[in-house]
This record gives sequence, structure tokens and C-alpha cells, in this order.
Amino acid sequence: MTIKDADASGYVLGLADDALIYAQRLGEWVARAPELEEDMALANVALDLLGQARALLAHVGRLDGTGRSEDDLAMFRDERDFRCVHLLEQPVDDFGVEMARMLTFATYQSHLYAALRTCADDVVAGVAAKAVKECAYHRDHAEQWVLRLGDGTEASHARMQAGLETLAPYVEELFDDDEASVDAAGAGLGVLPSSLRHAVLADIATVVGRASLAMPEPPTWHSRGGRAGIHSEAMGPLLAQMQHIARSHPGATW
Amino acid sequence: MYGTDFGPDDAAGTGPRPPAPDEPLNAADAGIFDDLLEHDLRIEPRDEMPEAYRSTLVRQIAQHAHSEIIGMQPEGNWITRAPSLRRKAILIAKVQDEAGHGLYLYSAAETLGVDRADLLDRLHRGTQKYSTIFNYPTLTWADVGAIGWLVDGAAIMNQVPLCRCSYGPYARAMIRVCKEESFHQRQGFELLWTMCRGTDAQKAMAQDALDRWWWPALMMFGPPDTGEAATGGHTAQSMAWGIKRFSNDDLRQRFVDMTVPQAEKLGLRMPDPDLAWNAESGHWEHGPIDWGEFRRVLGGDGACNAQRLAHRVRAHEDGAWVREAAVAYAAKHADGRSRRRGSAA
Repeated sequence: MTIKDADASGYVLGLADDALIYAQRLGEWVARAPELEEDMALANVALDLLGQARALLAHVGRLDGTGRSEDDLAMFRDERDFRCVHLLEQPVDDFGVEMARMLTFATYQSHLYAALRTCADDVVAGVAAKAVKECAYHRDHAEQWVLRLGDGTEASHARMQAGLETLAPYVEELFDDDEASVDAAGAGLGVLPSSLRHAVLADIATVVGRASLAMPEPPTWHSRGGRAGIHSEAMGPLLAQMQHIARSHPGATW
Repeated sequence: MYGTDFGPDDAAGTGPRPPAPDEPLNAADAGIFDDLLEHDLRIEPRDEMPEAYRSTLVRQIAQHAHSEIIGMQPEGNWITRAPSLRRKAILIAKVQDEAGHGLYLYSAAETLGVDRADLLDRLHRGTQKYSTIFNYPTLTWADVGAIGWLVDGAAIMNQVPLCRCSYGPYARAMIRVCKEESFHQRQGFELLWTMCRGTDAQKAMAQDALDRWWWPALMMFGPPDTGEAATGGHTAQSMAWGIKRFSNDDLRQRFVDMTVPQAEKLGLRMPDPDLAWNAESGHWEHGPIDWGEFRRVLGGDGACNAQRLAHRVRAHEDGAWVREAAVAYAAKHADGRSRRRGSAA
């Protein structure tokens, strides 16, 4: 099966928007982290994700034939045209929630990018080869904190457990097989999200167990639709903040 | 342009032998402090030093470290709103550098027998200060450029001589800090350079930023050496100890002479009607600085004094449970390791 570039762009956009929107959220932590070392670490993760997003967005502009730049795509798309999952849009909460989010997403990205290193698209494969090393660090960083918080004090144990519970409804969406992913996987360009589910959840469960925490009960609902441009209410304010200067000065160079 | 005014290699001097690394703390000859100063060599943590020298350094290094971490706020304010992804990446990396500078400096202070946590407590209680410049708000994107160009530019002017400071750990920390600040200064200039070649609205934004940041940047060098607003301060003693190398007014003059031609290149107007070139002295002469404003902001009455400190205290308190957990986890697992070692023996 082959896939047209324009169709492939939808899949790549999902990869790019996940990285971009999580970088945007992590940027909010800088100058408010629990200690200086963590300000630096969270900024580092944000920079890695921003780097992935920039390379992938520029590629999308070529694949879809519009020639749009990374900034055209980041700053001038409306909410319905973003393809990230809800997990990454959610507002910054406490540090336990953030480490639960980072552990989840970095574990997911580690498996995803490990598979994408050999995909049919050279640019995506190149980004994946670099990103897989970055994700290993992000995952390790989150893992170390989940262990410390889970097996630290009574209070930190409770808050880390609460962090896992808070995000539980947003995890399954990572493994939903949306149309663009099915097409891309069929063409050897992408990975079927559902195929990652078992390995990702098993890795997370191992860390959670070592931290003397419990995997949350299956939630009564789970988020859906991010890959189709149906987002949560948190997305609007995020984009308003991210895009407003660029949109206030159309045509300007920065 | 900057970062080249570093001190001579410690090993290259001629004078008394610096203590070997394995000599015990405070084992140096009683007179070695004065000898080291006289020969422009570095005082190291193991050397005997007058208590006033030590406490002066703790105060100065802590204030410097506090300025780095409070300074993360006005720029961090723009990370989520940077108008391009490239600028966002540059800004995140820059604010991250400031956190790193805070770490080097707290580490340098700790070599003098104080603890980072205690210094942070003093900042939070308001008994140690940070640079008043960060009590001004960042109101537009151009302010990010103005901070890099002017505030980091002024900081470099103050800090490059500190690379030759008599206290070794501080001097070495400053070498790295100055290299990074120099990069930030160029990035700030380049940001404004781009805006000044952009739309009328962008250029107006750049001019507005210069108008608001110019005078506070000049105040960063501290009170004048002479005249009514002079305070005497710690300058004379710090110079004798080799902590400070140039007077406030000398450094301020260097900054003005460097910056005026850069503003011309940008095509921006300096917000000082009295600014004039003095061909005889070979310097730009600036108009009077409002030292009343300086004292007012220093005293707590600036737009952001309360906000900056409250943000810092809130972040620290919000993170207390995380730091406590890390300590508890380390203690549990240290016990585990010692038990394992015990059972293996």
C-alpha cells in the first residue's frame, strides 16, 4: 500500500503537535519548579520536544504541498486543525501530575520513535533516531521522580498516586487508532497506536510498582478525538497565549 | 566583544606558593592572605581569610545568585508567548542558563561555609537583596530583547572584572557566567535588530522598550562615586580586597560608551535629551540619573518587588513536598545500601 504525501502529512502533524503542545506546557514550569535543578531539567525536556516539533512541522509543510513554515503551522492554525492528544493539553497541575504525564508520554514516545527509526519517510526516521535518545532521558527523569515521590514521604506517596489517577482518563487516547495513523501504518510510514499499548502500559506499570504505587483503576471515561481536531477546553487558552503575538502582527518577521 | 578580559592563569604568577590541594583547611601561613592579594593570586576556600572578607563575599555572591534566579521571572513571563518557535527555543535556553548561573553562584557561596537553603531563606525573608532591575515589568516582546541587550550588557560590564576577583571559586564561576551572558547580550541585540527592520509596530515596540529600560539599566551599576547620591558603600574595601576592580561610575561610563553606537545601529533614539559626545574626554556624557527612583525601587516600591518575591516564595513552598520526598527517599535507600553492605561483611 502506498500513501500520498498529503495524507502522510496528517500523521506527521500528530507527532509534531504532541511535541509542540507538551513543550508549551513544560515552558510554564520554568521559574516555578520545586528546585533550581528541576527548572533546568524541565526546560531541557521542553527544548528537546520543541526541536522535534520544529523539524516535523517544517516537514509537514513540504509533505502537504502548501510550503507552510514551522511558524505558519504553529501560530496560524486554528484549534480544530491541531492533532495532539488531550493528555498534553491539560493545564499544569502539581509536580506529581507532571511526572505522571512525563512518564506516560516519554514511555509512549520511546516505543513510538524506536519503531519509527526504520519507517519509510527519511525525515521522520531521522527525527526518530535522535528523539529516541532524548525520550530515554525524559523517561528516566520522570521514572526517578515517580520512584522518589512514590517511595518518599506519606504525603508524596498520596500526591503521586493522585497524579496517576488525575491523568488516567487521558492515557488510552494515545492508543486510539485514528484514520491517519491506520493509513500511515499501512504504508510503512507510521506505527499503529494500538500496537504500542501493551508495551507502554507494561513499562509504566513496572515503574509504578517499584514506586510502591498502584496503577489506577480503569477510568469511567477516556478522552477522544485529539487526532481529529476535537480538543479539550484547555486547548483554547493555550493556543490564545501561544499565538497571540504572531497573530497580532501578521506578516511580521521575528 | 566581551568575555576576553579574563585574569592571568593562577599558575603563571610569581609570588608565594599557593597551598597544595591536599593541605588541610586553614593550614596556610597567617600572612598568606595579604601575600596572595599583593601578588594578585586567588584566595581559595582552604585559605585563612578575614571574617569581614568572607562575609562580604557571601553577601555579594548570594545577592548575585538571587538576581540570577529572580531574573528568570521577567523573561520566563514570555516563554509561552514567544512569537516564533526559534525565539521560544532561544528564550527557554536563556532562562535555563540563568538557573545554571544561580547554581554556580550558590555553589561558590557554599565554599565559604554557608548553605544554599539558608541563602534562599534569607532571600525569601527579604534580608538579602537581588538586583533592583528585576522589579521592573516586562510588558512587550521587545522587552525580552531589551533585557538581553541592556540588562545582560550592563551585567557583563559589571561581571567581566569579577573573573579576576581575588576569591577563586567566584572568579572561576564568573568566567562561565560571562561567556553565557555575552551570548545572551548578542541574542537580545539580534532580536531588536530584527524588530527594527520589521513593521512600524515592531519598531515602535523596540523604541518603547529602550525608553523604559535605559535608565534602570544605568542604575544597575549602583550609586555614583561622588556627589549627593553617593553612598560610599563597600567600594573602597572591596577594591582593597581585590573583589571589585573598577568604580561604579567607571563601569557605567564604559556601558554608555558601548551602547550608544549600538542604539544608532539599531536606528533607535536614546531616551536622554542631554546625551552628548564629549570630544575632549572621548566619552558620551549622559543626563542626570533619577537616584530617587533607584532608592524607591530598592526600598520595595517598584512595580514588581512584591510580585517577584511572592512568586519565588510560592514556587519554593509548592515544591517543599517534592524536596522532602527526595530527602526521605535518599535516606531510606542509603539505609538499605548500608544494611546490604553490613550483611555482606
